[in-house]
Amino acid sequence: MACPQCDTLHYAARLPEGSRAYCKRCGVVIATERATAFAQVLSLAITAFILMVAAISFPFLELDVAGHHNSISVLQAVTVFNDGIALLLAIAVAGFIVFLPLLRLASIIYALGPLVRGKPARRSAKEAFALAEFLQPWSMAEIFIVGVAVALIKVAGLAHVSTGPAFWAFCALVLITVLKDQLICRYSVWQALD
Amino acid sequence: MASTGLGEGLITAREAGLVACGRCGRLHPIAENYCSRCSAPLESRDFESPQKVWAWLIAGLVAYLPANIYPMLRTSQLGTSTESTIVGGVMDLIHHGSVGIAAIVFFASIVIPVGKFFAIAYLAISVQRKSLLNQHQRHKLYEVVEFVGRWSMIDVFVVAILSALVQFDTLASINPGIAAFSFAISVVFTMLSAQSFDARLIWDVDRTNHAK
Repeated sequence: MACPQCDTLHYAARLPEGSRAYCKRCGVVIATERATAFAQVLSLAITAFILMVAAISFPFLELDVAGHHNSISVLQAVTVFNDGIALLLAIAVAGFIVFLPLLRLASIIYALGPLVRGKPARRSAKEAFALAEFLQPWSMAEIFIVGVAVALIKVAGLAHVSTGPAFWAFCALVLITVLKDQLICRYSVWQALD
Repeated sequence: MASTGLGEGLITAREAGLVACGRCGRLHPIAENYCSRCSAPLESRDFESPQKVWAWLIAGLVAYLPANIYPMLRTSQLGTSTESTIVGGVMDLIHHGSVGIAAIVFFASIVIPVGKFFAIAYLAISVQRKSLLNQHQRHKLYEVVEFVGRWSMIDVFVVAILSALVQFDTLASINPGIAAFSFAISVVFTMLSAQSFDARLIWDVDRTNHAK
């Protein structure tokens, strides 16, 4: 096998359980060995998917100022831009924080689902996994959460803000996604999909 | 310059007459054009990579200028309307006493994008000429640039949430400015620029220098 970053050749050996293999030259992780990794990744992806559905349906933030009350969901947060050039921004933001992460989770579930149950991979599982890999840098849920934190502090002086159930769903979703991306081993997934 | 590769008897797939699929990693003879596993096109090295990197980088820079000049936010409060740019927003936060948050926004919207422009430009130049940093340092730089680039989006999301939350007609309302859009575009372009960089070239250049 070749290192995906620097192209150095390595022998693909069977690794001890729970260990990681690093490239001898540039030091990136090139494979990890965990018997239960697929099942864990799949279950985390399903959890994250459900949390995302919850995160977009419940109120995300609530704001009270001088008797006015405003409660928004994540989708409202992005569809507020609805005129002219701002609409493009709305589409991009909605994509980055909701649709691309959902698509990515769905592709992972589709590609890994049969493998975990010991069945042969689905016909377009390779395309689905390739799509999930391609979408990784463009799924920005975790960045959105930091953005929310900054926005909350900015309006804190102006009005009273409280967080809705969707906010916590979104936070949990971010943690689970990070954990899932740590566990996934591209090399093993491609071997298994073959 | 220390080259760890040669000393330890490591060879690249290219030197072994092989090409690794950029998508799934399977090795093929170098003459193959498409991956037999995932059918992605195979390319041992992307020699046009610096050209693509420069193109996206310049596009990103062009979008970054209006992002700093034009307002990011338009705040209207009881009939008076104020506009704030990226730098203005950071200043406001400092005045409100939230120095920590100001630091985060300053880092995400100014330090990271500007640092990224320099880092990517440096990497693109370094694969075409000799470099002061060794390949390990440059590889680290590349990894940092790839990891950190997306975080510049923070400010765009802040604008999105603020404008959604603060909509109370005449009392107070916040709307996105044109800079929010150009900033988002700039981040996307520089992310594409970093992605089109072929990290394998970092290691190749030092190798050929060494052989000469």
